[in-house]
Amino acid sequence: MSTAGMNVTPSASAAASKPVLLSVRGVKTYYGNIIALKGVDMDVREGEIVTLIGANGAGKSTLMMTIFGNPRAREGTITYQGQDITRMPTHEIARMSIAQSPEGRRIFPRMTVYENLQMGASINGLAHFNQDLERVCTLFPRLKERLYQRGGTLSGGEQQMLAIARALMSRPKLLLLDEPSLGLAPLIVKQIFSIIKELNEKDGMTVFLVEQNAYHALKLAHRGYVMVTGNITMSGTGRELLADPQVQAAYLEGGHH
Amino acid sequence: MNAPPITTASAESPALPNRFDLTAAIKDGLKTALIMLGLSIPILAYKTDQSGGDLWLSPRWGLVAILCALVFGLRILLHAFMATKAAREATPSPHQATEFVHAEPNAFQKTSRFAIPFFLGVALAFPVIIYFIQGGLNESRYWVDLGILILTYVMLGWGLNIVVGLAGLLDLGYVAFYAVGAYSYALLSTTFGLSFWICLPLAGILAGFWGMILGFPVLRLRGDYLAIVTLAFGEIIRLVLINWTDLTNGGAGISSIPRATFFGLPFTSGEGGFAQTFGLEFNGMHRIIFLYYLILALALLTNFVTMRLRKLPVGRAWEALREDEIACRSLGINTTNVKLTAFAIGAMFGGFAGSFFAVRQGFVSPESFNFLESAIILAIVVLGGMGSQIGVAIAAIVLVGGPEILRNLTFLQAVFGSGFDPNEYRLLLFGAGMVAMMVWRPRGLISERSPTVILKERKAISGSLVKEGHG
Repeated sequence: MSTAGMNVTPSASAAASKPVLLSVRGVKTYYGNIIALKGVDMDVREGEIVTLIGANGAGKSTLMMTIFGNPRAREGTITYQGQDITRMPTHEIARMSIAQSPEGRRIFPRMTVYENLQMGASINGLAHFNQDLERVCTLFPRLKERLYQRGGTLSGGEQQMLAIARALMSRPKLLLLDEPSLGLAPLIVKQIFSIIKELNEKDGMTVFLVEQNAYHALKLAHRGYVMVTGNITMSGTGRELLADPQVQAAYLEGGHH
Repeated sequence: MNAPPITTASAESPALPNRFDLTAAIKDGLKTALIMLGLSIPILAYKTDQSGGDLWLSPRWGLVAILCALVFGLRILLHAFMATKAAREATPSPHQATEFVHAEPNAFQKTSRFAIPFFLGVALAFPVIIYFIQGGLNESRYWVDLGILILTYVMLGWGLNIVVGLAGLLDLGYVAFYAVGAYSYALLSTTFGLSFWICLPLAGILAGFWGMILGFPVLRLRGDYLAIVTLAFGEIIRLVLINWTDLTNGGAGISSIPRATFFGLPFTSGEGGFAQTFGLEFNGMHRIIFLYYLILALALLTNFVTMRLRKLPVGRAWEALREDEIACRSLGINTTNVKLTAFAIGAMFGGFAGSFFAVRQGFVSPESFNFLESAIILAIVVLGGMGSQIGVAIAAIVLVGGPEILRNLTFLQAVFGSGFDPNEYRLLLFGAGMVAMMVWRPRGLISERSPTVILKERKAISGSLVKEGHG
């Protein structure tokens, strides 16, 4: 799953020179007449972990879903590897080496873990299935134990691992994760974030992470964006945002860590 | 992290509080029967009869005895029901466990392992068995006909199972494809004189084509709305068949449809017929038995194809679609194609069954394809357990064979009087059966979904290995 030419951990400054993988320009998304995204600009460069933080209902998940074409952006453009994907159907976007672990995990509950992973690999016709299966089993040993159990019988943390593992099965270049920490115990959150880090550092996978858990997300990410009611209000490196008093007041107040 | 592992109550766990206790149940049953007896004395035991000016009492102790026995039996049944229900609720299913539990195959899984070869054997040997029981070819006609009827519904159930059970698309108009298949054969054979063996695949293709035509407008629909549109589609096909008299001969139907041949040998008594070629004495039953094996083969083909498809990407995609459409799309699956193939392949088997229907009856009319047929086929799938092949087969036997058995319960006339026709209670029993099913097995007879990939290295995963590391 390694990307050719990716060898060292890209620091924030080094990443700046990397080519832009995903670029969002002036995207406006509506639900009926209600505007959810009011013209969003954002870039994700190769090898980066970029996080998007914001309050409930700010439009984080909408942006994630808009990138995947469901709902479609009414205005603006989304390009991936230089190709315009704004009007592409969701399943074709998924075939462009972008994978998504959607909000609420959305695993297939009545199918076994194994079958869930098969579904993840169906884009490339199970060509490297056994190899990739072994790989995700090393990443998530818990899944290996539960390979033949039904998805719906897993605990919340395991389901999240399964959702990420399923996304990895298509060998994506860009991984979109929507709130992987949602509803999970702190220790499991730590585990999942360290796996994201490992994916990025070892395989050079580009990760776009939508999170409510701002502290962990900003600590992990190279760069971050802050979204407020459909607008990107702030951006910077993870460190900068963590240190920013406004961010601290709005998203890091109270007992974090 | 130190949460105690959830132990699942298994068979050896000390006496579940609600295990069915027979002696207690009998005691309670006797008590209830006694109360019934007490209540009966003033109400039931004597009947006032009037003849002229005299009023006299006629005792009815026989009726009282029957009712007391009935109450006794029902009370025990109630106990049994409550006990199983309580035991079931007290025992979490292994599929709900968050920890790994050593999941023993349950009773249904155990029986199904033997049930499949058993059913298959019975189905294959059925005409022979009946021949020996009834003692002759002509005498066994009724039973072989019944077998054909049941197998037709088994096949229809399996066909619809692809759409409803696997892909999760609720289709209330499945009979439309059955009709398309039947009329395809009827029209092709009477107009162009094509033989059954050429028409069969053509009918399947045509029905599959109509499946796609239905599929396109309903791609965006799910659940209730899909059900309504498919229901309407079924009615449209039927109404077109009634009203397009130039083509379909309207409500009068199409008659004298050519019969099936044994790979070119007609079932006739004369020269070159089946009986003569094989040196047998001519008998009309040869054709019926041939039809029986034909529908058996078609049904098994449906089953075989479904089982194979489930293991292929398209079948997996159907099941994933049933589970979560949005997740499917974000995994790069073209849900449009997946839905259309489900509709088309389901419809194709409906078409096969339809052309079999036409060749068997020799006559088709729109009357045979009303909504009730769709409802029965859907009931077979739902009661059998969506997605379960063996469950669908059992449900077809019960729902189609049940009413026929009812017709033969003539001994009940001895109990309820000669005017009693058990067949009149068919729908009542049907309803009671449905209610009982929904209480006991709300997800169908066999609600277990069998994984397409089975545990190969069970030892490596079960037991001690998974004791450490809890979520």
